[in-house]
Amino acid sequence: MKEYQTITEISGPLVYAEVDEAIGYDEIVEIETAQGETLRGQVLESSEGVVAIQVFEGTSGIDQNASVRFLGETMKMPVTEDLLGRVLDGSGRPIDDGPEIVPEERQDIVGAAINPYSREYPEEFIETGVSAIDGMNTLVRGQKLPIFSSSGQPHSELAMQIARQASVPEEEEGDDEESSEFAVIFGAMGITQEEANEFMQDFERTGALERSVVFMNLADDPAVERTVTPRMVLTTAEYLAFEKDYHVLVILTDMTNYCEALREIGAAREEVPGRRGYPGYMYTDLAQLYERAGRIQGREGSVTQIPILTMPGDDDTHPIPDLTGYITEGQIYVDPDLNSQGLQPPINVLPSLSRLMDDGIGEGLTREDHADVKDQMFAAYAEGEDLRDLVNIVGREALSELDNKYLDFADAFESEFVDQGFDQNRDIEETLEIGWDLLSMLPKDALNRIDEEFIEEYYREDDSEREVVEAAD
Amino acid sequence: MSKAESTETTPSEDGVIQSVSGPVVSARDLDARMNDVVYVGDEGLMGEVIEIEGDITTIQVYEETSGVAPGEPVENTGEPLSVDLGPGMLDAIYDGVQRPLDVLEGKMGSPYLDRGVDAPGIDLEKEWEFEPTVEVGDEVGRGDVVGVVEETVTIDHKVMVPPDALDEGETTEVTAVESGSFDVTETVAELANGTTVSMHQEWPVREARPSANKKTPRTPLVSGQRILDGLFPIAKGGTAAIPGPFGSGKTVTQHQLAKYADADIIVYVGCGERGNEMTEVIEDFPELEDPANGNPLMARTSLIANTSNMPVAARESCIYTGITIAEYYRDMGYDVALMADSTSRWAEAMREISSRLEEMPGEEGYPAYLAARLAQFYERAGYFENVNGTEGSVSAIGAVSPPGGDFSEPVTQNTLRIVKTFWALDADLAERRHFPSINWNESYSLYKDQLDPWFEDEVADDWAEKRQWAVDVLDEETELQEIVQLVGKDALPDDQQLTLEVARYLREAYLQQNAFHPVDTYCPPEKTYLMLTTIETFNDEAFRALEAGVPVEEIVDTDSAPRINRIGVQEDYEEYVEELKAEITEELRSLY
Repeated sequence: MKEYQTITEISGPLVYAEVDEAIGYDEIVEIETAQGETLRGQVLESSEGVVAIQVFEGTSGIDQNASVRFLGETMKMPVTEDLLGRVLDGSGRPIDDGPEIVPEERQDIVGAAINPYSREYPEEFIETGVSAIDGMNTLVRGQKLPIFSSSGQPHSELAMQIARQASVPEEEEGDDEESSEFAVIFGAMGITQEEANEFMQDFERTGALERSVVFMNLADDPAVERTVTPRMVLTTAEYLAFEKDYHVLVILTDMTNYCEALREIGAAREEVPGRRGYPGYMYTDLAQLYERAGRIQGREGSVTQIPILTMPGDDDTHPIPDLTGYITEGQIYVDPDLNSQGLQPPINVLPSLSRLMDDGIGEGLTREDHADVKDQMFAAYAEGEDLRDLVNIVGREALSELDNKYLDFADAFESEFVDQGFDQNRDIEETLEIGWDLLSMLPKDALNRIDEEFIEEYYREDDSEREVVEAAD
Repeated sequence: MSKAESTETTPSEDGVIQSVSGPVVSARDLDARMNDVVYVGDEGLMGEVIEIEGDITTIQVYEETSGVAPGEPVENTGEPLSVDLGPGMLDAIYDGVQRPLDVLEGKMGSPYLDRGVDAPGIDLEKEWEFEPTVEVGDEVGRGDVVGVVEETVTIDHKVMVPPDALDEGETTEVTAVESGSFDVTETVAELANGTTVSMHQEWPVREARPSANKKTPRTPLVSGQRILDGLFPIAKGGTAAIPGPFGSGKTVTQHQLAKYADADIIVYVGCGERGNEMTEVIEDFPELEDPANGNPLMARTSLIANTSNMPVAARESCIYTGITIAEYYRDMGYDVALMADSTSRWAEAMREISSRLEEMPGEEGYPAYLAARLAQFYERAGYFENVNGTEGSVSAIGAVSPPGGDFSEPVTQNTLRIVKTFWALDADLAERRHFPSINWNESYSLYKDQLDPWFEDEVADDWAEKRQWAVDVLDEETELQEIVQLVGKDALPDDQQLTLEVARYLREAYLQQNAFHPVDTYCPPEKTYLMLTTIETFNDEAFRALEAGVPVEEIVDTDSAPRINRIGVQEDYEEYVEELKAEITEELRSLY
């Protein structure tokens, strides 16, 4: 391994150095400053004679006398089952004063694409215990379903609730030789210490830490490191899922910070920018993260992703949510208006979507009437929402009886179905029963999306049959 | 790319890598022409020459370039990027440069896509039963069929004289022809001018296959989707764009077309989209039945899957790979439908490569040649008279994913300048789960007039009139809705309230269609027509009742009319519609 003291230019997070050997693209670099500090970086561009290096920890302290070492390999993540229960920094080094990690394997963090032919289509329902998700936008194993939120919203509480409650209704006891275990991998990118503490406390309080791996890149950690953190997270997730049979739930927060870091590097390299200054390859880059969710034929485990992103200005046409929405299999919207009304969780189901829902619900999976109930509730809630604007102008009296029922439905939908509290865990049966309670507020004729058979079975004919399911817990 | 004949190519001088930046590699001293395929680095990653400047050649690499270093060799194949054409393309799934993904899985022994592994697009060793259709002494010209192979249960693969073997109008004598089992590389016929014909051909993807003539398309591509067939039909050989923001149902619409369109062959290109979606197709299509003949759908389908996380350069080429395969089946006289999901990802791949080449960007960073490339692609669709005298078509249906759902962006706009059918997906409709969420006010089809005669012959004489009636009602509803937003529905006069009711049936029963319902998912044109006439019956009878003095509330409150919403899910729809029409008439007439 050769050492160079040939740095020619330092600019933002980038360092250019002259070399007299062939250096591979993406190779890992160590830079030792005059003060004896060692920084790590990665080759961004390799030409004959000169390489561009992106330094994860930032370039402060580097001068032209710093020495550069090329490690001759691309970035690797040491993986082992013992990572469960550990807290690591954004580059995968332990920061919890625990014992040294003895890796079973060291895996390349730039994961190769899963061959679409080898994938298995996700269709196993994950019960999150949140009605707005289970009932309306069901999550399945192997899906990538982001939370679209904005600053100041309780998206972390929602993510924690999901992480805490998520379970897969087991088919029959003893059906499998041994059912796969559940693990949570949490990747923090540029969040504040305070937010991080909340997550950690929640993990510790509920004992979830034992089955979790936590990667922490905080707001004051180097921004460029954020480009590696999710790759470390996902490499660990893939290892646990596809080699150790875990069902892994990956929570990445906050993707907006990750994209900011990409933009910073792009700007330092003087690349031609795309929309709003983000690099033109951001779609590809994000896809390389999000597509690492899924299931593989013949493997027990699965990787399910819940990335969280805060939409700048609560605008979902901003490039970050926009590109994310085109890659992920749906999205869950956290709505500031519903939040200010005090709904917990403040999920707006109308723009939310789960693309894999239709194959994950129904007879044998959830319940035979699930799809119809969901469709009808969407339609009725949308109708009620529309009418709210009108009511502001003409008043309730000017509306027909049916329209008034839709308005009541919309109100009840929010207060009874969506607003369940961050601590309540509802099973799917309970969620659907509440759904029928609400739908029975409407006349039978109006339920045109529901099979007549199900109306026969579940519709509450008169009010006495309607007993709003009391909040459990 | 094709390994089959790579040994015959003239050995070119090897070059040396000079620099690497993501998928773009530049090499020194490489003797290459534009668009030559090269193998890059010690691992032999496949790439294509995209720029030559002095002795520096720039290459886009179809695989991940991590670890590739300057100084490694670059080998030129001396051939442009080509696809292997022959039996075996149906029921296959390829990446963007026609490497079969199932074969790659076997070769790599892992569910992940490794680098530097190549495989021919068709199985070179599999034997097919070749049945000649010419005899020794027959005169044949370019593109003429010399024999037939049963490729799948649905499709007979026609073995043709390569179009570049003879000049236009030239014919030559068949000197030998075989019969029996052969693999695709073996000679099955010999011609007097020295050409040997095998079942395997190659064709450069960026070049359109020759045709004799392009004609005006006059047959619809029947999709079994009411809003498409009924209001905005596309022709066999036509072009269509489906733009829409995420979550509006582009992919479901494309899947529905791939499942139910009455084309002979489907080429489905998943360009930069989700892995799980392709898996869904791979899992579903072999089990689904072709509505035309009951055979598995895969028997008429060729899939190209270059998901969003697969290398970006291969995403750029996958559209061309797809359309070349489509043209080849067109040459056999088949009607081919190509779905590209999504052309925006293709355009973005161009943009990404272009920006790495530091080209001067055009609008929103897209290269200045974006419009030209889109036009070239859609121009390869059409209803053709082939060089061998048969007729075939390629219909091209491209999904567009405009950022933020804004249709004024360059890819949507440049696409709309070319295509003749526009199915505008609408986020508002999708939010209220109105699917397919195609906006009936914004969408259009310029094929309507030339397709009406077909519908009038095949379905009903008054097809066009009925459609116009539905369009008028929907237009009127849009205007009335604006007033309703201000004053409420009850403030409208009775006749307008009734129009709203009729329009509601059109929207809820006719325009909506449940892709996940086993019956409703496919709606033959006859059913589409009958459903419309049922709504019209309600319309006519209701207005008659209104004139006779029946209050609008009573008309709206009938028991029979809501059953219009259930026509979609009826298997025996003819009987159901018959009864329903009678009931509606009876009930409404009993009111006065």
